[in-house]
Amino acid sequence: MIVVDTGNHVAALAAKMAKPKVIAAYPITPQTTVVERLAQYVENGELAAEFIRVESEHTAMTACIAAEATGVRTFTATSSHGLLLMHEMLHWAALARLPVIMVNVNRAIGPGWNIWSDVNDSMSQRDTGWIQFYCSSNQEIFDNIIQAYKIGESEEIMLPVMICYDGFVLSHTSMPVEVPSQEKIDEFLPEFKPAWKLDVENPITHGNIIEPYSYMQVRYDMQNAMKKAKKIIEEIGEEWEKKFGKRYGLIEEYRCEDADYVILTISSLASEAKVAVDELRNKGERVGLLKLRCFRPFPYEKIKYDKVIVIDRAVSFGLEGIIYSELKGYVKEIYGFVAGLGGTNVCYKDIEKIYEAAKKGKEGWYPMEVI
Amino acid sequence: MVSNGGDIIAIKDLPLEEYVLKGHAACPGCPITIALKIALKALGKKTIMAVPASCSAVIQSLYPKSSFNLPTLNIAFEASAAAASGIASALKAMGRKDIIPLVWAGDGGSYDIGMQALSGALERNTNFIYVCYNNQMYSNTGIQRSGATPYKAWTTTTWKGKEEHEKNLAEIVMAHHIPYVATATIAYPEDLYKKMKKAKEIKGSRYIEILCPCPPGWRFDMSKTVEISRLAVETGAWVLYECIDGKMEFNGYSKRILEGKERKSIEDWLKMQGRYRHLKEEDVKEIKRRLDEKWEYYKKMYG
Repeated sequence: MIVVDTGNHVAALAAKMAKPKVIAAYPITPQTTVVERLAQYVENGELAAEFIRVESEHTAMTACIAAEATGVRTFTATSSHGLLLMHEMLHWAALARLPVIMVNVNRAIGPGWNIWSDVNDSMSQRDTGWIQFYCSSNQEIFDNIIQAYKIGESEEIMLPVMICYDGFVLSHTSMPVEVPSQEKIDEFLPEFKPAWKLDVENPITHGNIIEPYSYMQVRYDMQNAMKKAKKIIEEIGEEWEKKFGKRYGLIEEYRCEDADYVILTISSLASEAKVAVDELRNKGERVGLLKLRCFRPFPYEKIKYDKVIVIDRAVSFGLEGIIYSELKGYVKEIYGFVAGLGGTNVCYKDIEKIYEAAKKGKEGWYPMEVI
Repeated sequence: MVSNGGDIIAIKDLPLEEYVLKGHAACPGCPITIALKIALKALGKKTIMAVPASCSAVIQSLYPKSSFNLPTLNIAFEASAAAASGIASALKAMGRKDIIPLVWAGDGGSYDIGMQALSGALERNTNFIYVCYNNQMYSNTGIQRSGATPYKAWTTTTWKGKEEHEKNLAEIVMAHHIPYVATATIAYPEDLYKKMKKAKEIKGSRYIEILCPCPPGWRFDMSKTVEISRLAVETGAWVLYECIDGKMEFNGYSKRILEGKERKSIEDWLKMQGRYRHLKEEDVKEIKRRLDEKWEYYKKMYG
């Protein structure tokens, strides 16, 4: 079935079809219509779940953690400051190895108040132990949410997954999305079977005091789970392709064969970069696109090109663009650009300009340091 | 219809099941384990506990062992009521009406950092029991001042005594109009047991605050925990009551005070505690003034 709807409504639909038993969420622009739609699904009886209308995002994440620990599938959605308020509990979810699934609608951080897209909110949660996906279309929002449950709940992984997409550019823009039947989704995503849970018949204490070396061992297991996740994400992506047609991996390549330069970026910037690549190819430039789907675990080994132009929509102050920083050690020749902060428009023509600047050996903040 | 909590009249009548096992890591004379043992005897095995950062997180002892014989989720300091919300919703979704989510939190985690999550959970009438064991300071982190620390009490962040009076969390909780609010203290185990039993049979949010005199924090000998707990009630410094569906009823010695019995000397209680060693005459005067004011209010409202 083809549905034409906004990114937020598509996210709510995907969450509904994954059949979480507990949803705890707090409204924040531009995520609000996700929770509104989910509340409606629950009230209408279309989704058999408990919806906790919490008093803060910190509580939203905590409630999901505790519900998941009690043995049920959960869902929440947030954005920007909401995500930052959750920060402590993001660590908690991952360190407790609970596969909470969350949508983060990327939005700039204040002050000043800016509700438009950049990814500094989610990228600053890089080290919390969450698997992070970035979406370039509403179709990817749907597909990533369903796959996230299967990936996170995989016995070898048991980690939470954050699905990120741009505020307004995707959250409030209607696009056609292919939605499989509930039966097909159920076949792909079986019921949640928790590895452990709070059970009165088998009482365990979770999270009490742990001495240093045991702590380190538990964290080592987690690091290994993140490493294994690369393989599992690809396997589940292949399974998705077999069932539903669209292939998913850690990174998506577009017209990279014979490319002298590849542009690497994420989210809706990648959609714009696709147009830029087509335009540049028309002009005879040998350029391709690498669209990073998965930011954590970081698939550096998939980047096998010598000349990479990275366009970041987030910055580590005092250093540079975040993905650029992460990739520097793995690529021979790399150019980093920071663009599009706070929703600053970056269209394919800007990306062409960035490409031309990189060819001249330039890099930095676009446009102030480039043009 | 709420039961009277069964026919327990003495400690010897309490159930034999133990949910706080031997080998726990509490200090000698710790009131928390006394309170928890009694509370869990009343609630029984079908209880899931959420415990924030607190003495009770330490008392469980080291991973991979635990002295708590009930499923227990340790959670961040400010988040225990939020965790109970998640547990309660998951249990509802699973159709497990027979299991009670229990928060076991200190006064720091309740009066201060956990206040927002607690208020949110109460406003949603979350189906859970919240116990605040109140030892009037952050004892686990080393005896720092909390919103529950009384006037002029020494702590490691109020070296000359706290400049402000404590707030009253139970009254703030009552403003949420939840079905059951009660206070207790460990010197009256039968009273605590009955209140936990009553709470168990009620649906919705239930709040019980237990005064827990802390030997190292209040600076008294570990053998005096029960004595100080009892004297807190007899002097009127701590009050025993329960509020069922908004109807307030004083219990035990507190009821007798309300009915006219003279309160025992507060000075004697203060003198037993090293945290009040530095008190000046005017400090005692102010403590007494506040105490008189509190009881005048109670007599006017509930006498």
